[in-house]
Amino acid sequence: MIATVFFYMFAVFLLGSALLVITVRNPVHAVLFLILAFFNAAGLFLIAGAEFLAMNLIIVYVGAVMVLFLFIVMTLDVDFAELRAGMAEYLPVGLFVGLVLVVELIMVFSAWALAPEAMKLRMAPMPKDVTNTEALGRVIYTDYVLYFQLAGVILLVAMIGAIVLSLHHRKDVRRQNIADQVSRRRNEQVALVDVEPGQGLES
Amino acid sequence: MAVGLEHYLAVAAILFTIGVFGIFLNRKNVIVILMSIELMLLAVNINLVAFSARLGDLMGQVLALLVLTVAAAEAAIGLAILVIYYRNRGTIAVDEINKLKG
Repeated sequence: MIATVFFYMFAVFLLGSALLVITVRNPVHAVLFLILAFFNAAGLFLIAGAEFLAMNLIIVYVGAVMVLFLFIVMTLDVDFAELRAGMAEYLPVGLFVGLVLVVELIMVFSAWALAPEAMKLRMAPMPKDVTNTEALGRVIYTDYVLYFQLAGVILLVAMIGAIVLSLHHRKDVRRQNIADQVSRRRNEQVALVDVEPGQGLES
Repeated sequence: MAVGLEHYLAVAAILFTIGVFGIFLNRKNVIVILMSIELMLLAVNINLVAFSARLGDLMGQVLALLVLTVAAAEAAIGLAILVIYYRNRGTIAVDEINKLKG
């Protein structure tokens, strides 16, 4: 009973803040509403019994991704009012596609039923008397370790890609090159010149 | 599972639709488009977790973890592209992006 009440509360806040994310005028507010949406989604995950994923959602999304979003939105000096200019003309087609999509999804779900042999085909049945985190850990470090490694490789590629993309060397700035400085030799840089009296020095 | 699977599926369907709607609505604003993609991936995650809870199968949560990783990587790369585009062009309007042909 209490779970149902909380489910509806989380669901309403999730959908409401998701709607505000795409309609609100100020992008900083959009990011903050997205954070609220992720918190409520974490609540839904908790009700479904996926505690580890709920905490992961808060740590990874709210703690890392959304802070990154907020950072970028606040760093870029963009006229967001100008970017919203064509909103009204996209509204009808957006509403049409959204309506079609939601009707199709509801039709799919209303005609959908679990296959009779679905319970036999489970790949990693949840063990009893074990917390969600431990159960998940037992699975992802043993049978599905390749998925775990794949996630790691994706993160590595993303990290290298982001660094390569955003690294840039400014050509107009003079920088210290320590190797050049250290490898200077006396006879390359200093010349003793015997200057005749009364004569200038050719450069 | 305290709440029926259908409720989760309905929430996820509406959330996914909101994400698609957001892409249509903010066609010029890359930041909001990226946020809409995050919403759609969140809807997929809710579906995976709901099925995982309904069937008692942990595979759904493993896949949700993978989706979470992909979403984080995508956000990082997307924002990096956004920053260098802004540095070069001084704007982030999507309909003016036609130099990105590779």
